[in-house]
Amino acid sequence: MAEMREPIESGCPDPWQYMHPVMRKNFGMWKYHEHPRPGVLLHVAYSGDKIWTVKAGTQRILDVFSLRKLCDIGDQFADGYIHFTLRSNIEYMVSEESKVQPLIDSLEEAGFVVGGTQNSVAMISHTQGWLHCDIPGTDASGVVKSMMDELIDEFRNATMPNRVHITTSCCQINCGGQGDIAINIQHTKPPKINHDLVANVCERPSVVARCPVAAIRPAMVNGKPSLEVDERKCICCGACFPPCPPMQINDAEHSKLAIWVGGNHSNARGKPTFQKLVAAGIPNNPPRWPEATAIVKRILKAYKEGAKDWERINEWIERIGWPRFFEEVELPFTKYHIDTWRGARASFNSSSYIRF
Amino acid sequence: MAIDKHTTPMLDQLETGPWPSFISGIKRLRDEHPEPRINEMTNDLLGQLEHSYETRKGYWKGGTVSVFGYGGGIIPRFSEVGKVFPKSKEFHTLRVQPPAGNHYTTGMLRQLADSWEKYGSGLVTFHGQTGNIMFIGTDTTNTQHFFDEINEYGWDLGGAGPCVRTAMSCVGAARCEMSCTNEFKAHRMLVNNFTDDVHRPALPYKFKFKVSGCPNDCQNAIERSDFAVLGTWRDDMKVDQAEVKSYIADKGRQYYIDNVITRCPTQALSLNDDDTLSVNNRDCVRCMHCLNVMPKALHPGDDKGVTILIGGKRTLKIGDLMGTVVVPFKKLETEEDYESMVELAETIIDFWAENGLEHERCGEMIERIGLANFLEAIGVEPDPNMLSHPRQSSYIRMDGWDEAAEEWFARQAEAGN
Repeated sequence: MAEMREPIESGCPDPWQYMHPVMRKNFGMWKYHEHPRPGVLLHVAYSGDKIWTVKAGTQRILDVFSLRKLCDIGDQFADGYIHFTLRSNIEYMVSEESKVQPLIDSLEEAGFVVGGTQNSVAMISHTQGWLHCDIPGTDASGVVKSMMDELIDEFRNATMPNRVHITTSCCQINCGGQGDIAINIQHTKPPKINHDLVANVCERPSVVARCPVAAIRPAMVNGKPSLEVDERKCICCGACFPPCPPMQINDAEHSKLAIWVGGNHSNARGKPTFQKLVAAGIPNNPPRWPEATAIVKRILKAYKEGAKDWERINEWIERIGWPRFFEEVELPFTKYHIDTWRGARASFNSSSYIRF
Repeated sequence: MAIDKHTTPMLDQLETGPWPSFISGIKRLRDEHPEPRINEMTNDLLGQLEHSYETRKGYWKGGTVSVFGYGGGIIPRFSEVGKVFPKSKEFHTLRVQPPAGNHYTTGMLRQLADSWEKYGSGLVTFHGQTGNIMFIGTDTTNTQHFFDEINEYGWDLGGAGPCVRTAMSCVGAARCEMSCTNEFKAHRMLVNNFTDDVHRPALPYKFKFKVSGCPNDCQNAIERSDFAVLGTWRDDMKVDQAEVKSYIADKGRQYYIDNVITRCPTQALSLNDDDTLSVNNRDCVRCMHCLNVMPKALHPGDDKGVTILIGGKRTLKIGDLMGTVVVPFKKLETEEDYESMVELAETIIDFWAENGLEHERCGEMIERIGLANFLEAIGVEPDPNMLSHPRQSSYIRMDGWDEAAEEWFARQAEAGN
């Protein structure tokens, strides 16, 4: 056997070497920013230096051709420096205003979409889905592509009351995280168990321990050690599936989409908030998931018309109240909206505050 | 040699519409890349993905793949339908740690693209939800080759599994006037202290560091990390009254009453008759809203530092948890300041590694044992900033009250309050 190479445990690289010189020079010395047009930010330093940032959305799953195209644009207009945002947008920094419009034109001509700044619908945060995940109930890239096709004008034009972060998740682990609007898989049936495989594939005690409601117990099935699920207790969360793939939670028919609203990571005006369920039972309908997109668009329309400047979706609903929210977006309110998890009581209305 | 291309009628529908199409990108690799290995691999990838779209099911399974010397950092993927799609039957992802703040030169991106083309599928993402560069799609042998090559020029794997994960930080001081700390330094000092725990998963579950330069928290640190560092300041915010007047002259008094004064969560602002702004800095909670609306006029103060929150996570297993304030304010200026933050992280991770149950996040452990016990274990004194409000339930044994009260007064005296 050939001698193996020892890894160099260098960890997280120093960004200094990759940072635009104007940013290095003015590090920690920025004074203010402006938003000259959607997709462009202008930052001004105490030194008087200025830097324009042009932000663009991409397909995120980049092929090397697209990556090199983005590099070509960076070389031509932006001194060869690139920054990626949390939501996988690409940003170019230029120190001369005259380069901004040619850079925008070049990006648009190459098929990328300039926008995503300030009070726009930002790029949908994105998980892996069928392309690469081992436990997905749906795809991610396809859902994001389909929705961004429909929401592209809201990405390009910053005309929302405040920014809107949309997330998707292909299972209830929710790698997409919290969003103003979240489109997540919601399983509706307990797992179907392939008893022939459990003993060989699964570490049974850790699967039993993984269940949040203690609905799984070891059992002998057809003379083989396996697991069984108390289906009256099961909450169909899918937590048993990753450690034990024979616990088939994904179902072509019964794994649905649910939509949640009001997750907000910022501390501005109020403490950060988690998202709340508003719609469920939405078909998981590739390749374009039109039913989910239609509901997202209804929510965005009502928010855009009804919210005040700077209100995020959670703040808008807090002001108008949940009854009016359900009315305005034409969604049913059901017993499933009433929380049953720990801390649920804190979500009940213990006052006489009723809007008429 | 021409390859037998899979038909993909469903995926083809994702090539229409104005947003850039990942399907078109994968097809370019299949149709135009000079390397036959990439043509074949992406062809079978498209075939399997079409099969998923048709059947609404995923066909990847995990497994065990690593590089020599490490236990994690690779997301192994083996196809369940590899007989039909043999060229992509092994399709692992390498998680590679980005530079703090996600800055790159085009030269470096091209170098990475060249290496990836030699060994992988040609698909890459900047970045995954944990913050890694995701090099998507290679087989077990080439996983090692690709890592060896990029590791030589400065890139290291991130975390996967029950370990310290890749950290994240915002653009911060590099390009943002709201920045209250050196995000990159905090990010790198923290995560690079734990490279062993990143590469060799041996913790109860994942542990994430995220650094946001201000309370706008663009990195979602409070919601998504076990150890959240947020920049803040404790002296008065800076007010440029001439700029305040200029904003009001531009958009009108009512706009700023409706959008700044009345939106302050602690009513700490008031607009004077002469269009200057008064700030009650003792009531201000540093929410950032007024700075966001009037960035030319309002700025963080000079006495900057960070707030540290512990225990944020998503649903599994006990429900969503935000991080909890454990350090209300800490200066981060000297090397000793940074080192003591790293020591706090070590103390917390050590205690959690000892006391956390299998698959229990740090926040869940705190919920199980109680915040007061956790604070005692890590040697941090209780502080009212850690709570929204004190306890409501009288059901607790309190015969240690007098000593606890004395300790409080002693600490206050020592701090000179």
